[in-house]
Amino acid sequence: MPQIKQTFDPGAAPVDNAVTVRGVSKNYGNVEALRDMTLEFPRGQLTSLLGPSGCGKTTLLKIIAGLLEPTSGEIMVNGKAVNGPGPDRAFVFQDFALLPWASVIRNVAFGLELRGVAKSERESIASKYIKDVGLAGFENSFPHELSGGMRQRVGLARALSVDAQVLLMDEPFSAVDEQTRRKFQEDLLNLVQNENKTFIFVTHSIEEAVYVSDQIAILLPRPSRVSEIIRPSGFREKGIDNIRRDPEYLDIVDEIWASLRNYVE
Amino acid sequence: MTVFGYRLPGMSSLLVWGLLWEIVGQLGLTFFIPPLSEVVATLFVVIQTAAFQKALYETAYAFGAGVFFAVVIGIPTGILMGKSRLLDELLLPWVNIFLSAPLTALVPVLMVLFGFGMKSIIITTTLFAIWIIILNARAGVMQINRSLIEMARSFGATPMDAFVKIYFWAALPEILGGVRIGIIRAVKGVIIGQLLISIVGFGALFELYSSNFLMAHFWAVLIVLFAMAFTISEVFAYLERRVAYYAAKR
Repeated sequence: MPQIKQTFDPGAAPVDNAVTVRGVSKNYGNVEALRDMTLEFPRGQLTSLLGPSGCGKTTLLKIIAGLLEPTSGEIMVNGKAVNGPGPDRAFVFQDFALLPWASVIRNVAFGLELRGVAKSERESIASKYIKDVGLAGFENSFPHELSGGMRQRVGLARALSVDAQVLLMDEPFSAVDEQTRRKFQEDLLNLVQNENKTFIFVTHSIEEAVYVSDQIAILLPRPSRVSEIIRPSGFREKGIDNIRRDPEYLDIVDEIWASLRNYVE
Repeated sequence: MTVFGYRLPGMSSLLVWGLLWEIVGQLGLTFFIPPLSEVVATLFVVIQTAAFQKALYETAYAFGAGVFFAVVIGIPTGILMGKSRLLDELLLPWVNIFLSAPLTALVPVLMVLFGFGMKSIIITTTLFAIWIIILNARAGVMQINRSLIEMARSFGATPMDAFVKIYFWAALPEILGGVRIGIIRAVKGVIIGQLLISIVGFGALFELYSSNFLMAHFWAVLIVLFAMAFTISEVFAYLERRVAYYAAKR
């Protein structure tokens, strides 16, 4: 299969990487969550971290975000080493992580509020992104008045409004219903195309990973490691509606399942 | 509640008890219970006396100051205990001991330490109110959704930002509940302080009226005190309901 490239291909042309993970290990006491993990995330593309539960994909994402300290190894974002959260990365949470006591517009502007942006300026930025994610008219609603899908749109707008180069998404669509999720996946493809940002996307859904990704890193547990990197190439230009019946799409989904099957309890 | 198809307003049961009180009082069974009508009449007389107004001022001052310190010290302490494992391990046993301890027994110690004046009464009031405020603020912080904290960190919140913009608000429903119960306890504290430390304020009035068998006066002051405590507590119950919409969804 020509579209499948093994990890660390020495002959590959140099690519512009927005994020580089080099030799990262993470131990919790005696438990090895990640062992010597190395991965590269090309700029302007969406990379999925895919694997069975317990493979450390969320741990890796939080280390990249600076929310967790690696035991060893280093993370480079735009060539600079990471030792904590920074304005070059924004996080989208699985459970949305919205302030329940704050309106939609304050939630979206919260990242800017923490950066000390003046109220009128941050609210004008926030209302632009609220429109972009399709929530115009809900600026003064509260999170408990919104559906799960709308809440995640708020979380997305918050991450977009700080204008970070790298968007980290931790299973962002797993808490919304199937139809909303499909809409989100289509919107995400447009987002990757229109915004010049690097997306790192954690998911446990094989179909979702193949559908949205430019590059899929398959992680395997015990000890957690990158088993292979897959770059779907053929079906991205054929249009959103044709992806799911493209033979390459179906082959990759099958192949990933074949390699993950043994690791699922 | 509905009786014979009529919807009764809240607290209608007080009418029944008031009537019963009036009947028992009119029967003259004991000097201890004068008729309610007499108590109410006395109440309006008592309220206008200078002695009552001075007592009201002294009590309100001690109560206000005591609750102020309990809130200002208690809420941050509770939040910090909820945030920091170390602080929690250090302080929690003491908070629990003082919460259930018979604080009245400590009052003589306070008198030795802080004298016989207002200072000791305020400290007694604070001691009655603060522990439940600490415990509730702590409980409020401990159930905060982890990802809210991670969210704040990932967007670059300083510890002060997190404290003011996340921890306080996320714990607010529990904090208000704690302050409400703390205030009810503070009413006990201020009266006990006034009775034991120096005979001032309402404590002095209770002492005066009961030792002179002026039971109508005694009950009148008690009703005033009860009404004030009830009003403050209802204000906080109202504030609690205002934030209840997000209490279940943090």
